[in-house]
Amino acid sequence: MSGLKEGSLHAPRSSATLPTSAASPAYTEFHPRWYRPPVSTYWWLGNWAYVKFILRELSSVAVAWTVAIILFQIRALIHGGDSYDRFEQRMSSPWMIAINVIAFGFLLMHSITWFNLAPKAMAVRIRGKRLPALLISGPQYLAWIVISVLVFVIVISRG
Amino acid sequence: MVNRETEPIFWTLFSAGGVVAALFLPVQLFIFGLAVPLGWMHAPAYPSMLALLHSPITRVYLFVLCSLPLFHFAHRFRYTLYDGLQIKHLNEVVFACCYGVAIVGTVAAGYLLWRL
Repeated sequence: MSGLKEGSLHAPRSSATLPTSAASPAYTEFHPRWYRPPVSTYWWLGNWAYVKFILRELSSVAVAWTVAIILFQIRALIHGGDSYDRFEQRMSSPWMIAINVIAFGFLLMHSITWFNLAPKAMAVRIRGKRLPALLISGPQYLAWIVISVLVFVIVISRG
Repeated sequence: MVNRETEPIFWTLFSAGGVVAALFLPVQLFIFGLAVPLGWMHAPAYPSMLALLHSPITRVYLFVLCSLPLFHFAHRFRYTLYDGLQIKHLNEVVFACCYGVAIVGTVAAGYLLWRL
């Protein structure tokens, strides 16, 4: 009531009393700032679909890990035979194998979810009809197998 | 940084890196991270591995194999922290760290493979 008496109802308001005033640059008359309730860090726990989403996104860590191993392997190869022996020793430590088992699982998850997502990301239409998902993801699985076998053969032939 | 103009570039790198990572990385980690250390596969001899590394095709292959997936990682991990773990106040720091890793890794790969 005191505000009414002082006439503040019609007085120009300062940005302190009204956060979405013209003082804040993002504000326009028809777009008030939405109220967004704070989201917990663990919002994705408790729903398997959300957990799967987070795990899929975390597969990127396994990708970076694998690249790091490749870089160390290249470096060891350049530094000489002893250095490469040490690289191979490190790779066969139990900790390293345990981490690599997990990382490999994540890499498989990335590949499978990536190939399965492609038909949803690109809607290929032929004569107005949408190409079935299998025709888009199928060739990618085929390429995956061919490439994997090829790399295997190249490495084994170096034995 | 990321805005309307640059977002397609970052997204293209993410997407290209995702394809390379999906097609080429599992077999790489399986051979050198599991099959050879566990003795399922005969370890390839050092001299022939070095000879393989010296071939120009291998060097281009390894450069792409290291670089693009790191940019895929940078994009995806940034959004994992942002959307997944709700770390929004450190957006700039996270951006610098993620793409910093990608750039350092790319430069390291380029340096190693170029100087061979």
